[in-house]
Amino acid sequence: MAFTLYALIQTAILCTNAIAVLHEERFLSKIGCGVSQGVGGFGDDPGVKAQILNLIRSVRTVMRVPLILVNSACIILLLLFG
Amino acid sequence: MDLPHHGYRATKQRARGAPPTGDSVLFEDTSSAASGASSQGFYAPGYNMGEPSNHMQGGVGVNNLFTDPMANAAVMYGSSLANQGKDMVNKEISRFMSVNKLKYFFAVDTRYVLKKLMILMFPYTHQDWEVRYHRDSPMTPRQDVNAPDLYIPTMAFITYILLAGMALGIQKRFSPEILGLCASTALVWIIIEVLVLLLSLYLLTVHSDLSTFDLIAYSGYKYVGMIFTVLCGLLFGSDGYFVALAWSSCALMFFIVRSLKMKILPSLSSDSMGMGSSAKPQLRLYITVATAVFQPIIIYWLTSHLVR
Repeated sequence: MAFTLYALIQTAILCTNAIAVLHEERFLSKIGCGVSQGVGGFGDDPGVKAQILNLIRSVRTVMRVPLILVNSACIILLLLFG
Repeated sequence: MDLPHHGYRATKQRARGAPPTGDSVLFEDTSSAASGASSQGFYAPGYNMGEPSNHMQGGVGVNNLFTDPMANAAVMYGSSLANQGKDMVNKEISRFMSVNKLKYFFAVDTRYVLKKLMILMFPYTHQDWEVRYHRDSPMTPRQDVNAPDLYIPTMAFITYILLAGMALGIQKRFSPEILGLCASTALVWIIIEVLVLLLSLYLLTVHSDLSTFDLIAYSGYKYVGMIFTVLCGLLFGSDGYFVALAWSSCALMFFIVRSLKMKILPSLSSDSMGMGSSAKPQLRLYITVATAVFQPIIIYWLTSHLVR
């Protein structure tokens, strides 16, 4: 399995996109990961599930606009250069 | 602390005594005295190209070499440009990572490197695995043999690439593209491993002082094992390769488990009232063991194609 750095960038973009498209009410609430069900504990050690929900929500919030730009750039580049 | 001070006083003198020939006074490092190693290598090479070749030590004396005022002005302009460029590079780099923290990892000396290499290859007799602290900050690798450093992983990575090129050349399978591919594959695997480790440490809220650079250092130590394995494979054929693979895998697994155990696994006395902590120590143990088990797999993956 020979990796180039370009493959790494592609993987990163695809993974971030995958996290960003998880829809709140259509999907996450159905599997018990909705925004109302997750972060309840204010102890000093939130569990794994709370951490995952935090991560998903923060990726969605932070990376929404940069992802739009990066995806558009990717689309243009792939159209031009294959 | 029974550190032999005479050992690295000699090193410090060596570092100070060797004048940086070819580098002018413009690129002098003004870092604190705690890290004696100069980091001129960071941005000197890039700027030495653009400099006129008459730049000797002591930038003040340069102007006396030129009688032509136009050349004088050009030299002054060039040196001020270089200064601006250096400041800009500094600012940009320090936005992403703290250069001082990076300098800590390169503050090594010969004694430390030799001891660490021996520990990496034969960790079973090493007694004390605690990282020593000095007034609440970890001690530099010069003073503590357990501290992680980035010098060995960097050098081992470069040596591994050169060794891969040599191994491919011996088998007449060499081409420059394969070398670049080998290098970037190894780099990508390190990045993946560090990211997975960071993610798992975050998900399990392990409040350790393992920074990203620490994880890069611990991930990079496997290159020493890889070099040893490839060398044995080249010298002694396929049997030697597997024997060396087994030896370095066991040594590396032991090393990683002992080193990370201190940092990841909690000391039970400081834990709170056991809120879900029954699952925690197990998961943390899984992380440590999984990291250790991952090392032989990746060593085999990255070296088997070199020793056919």
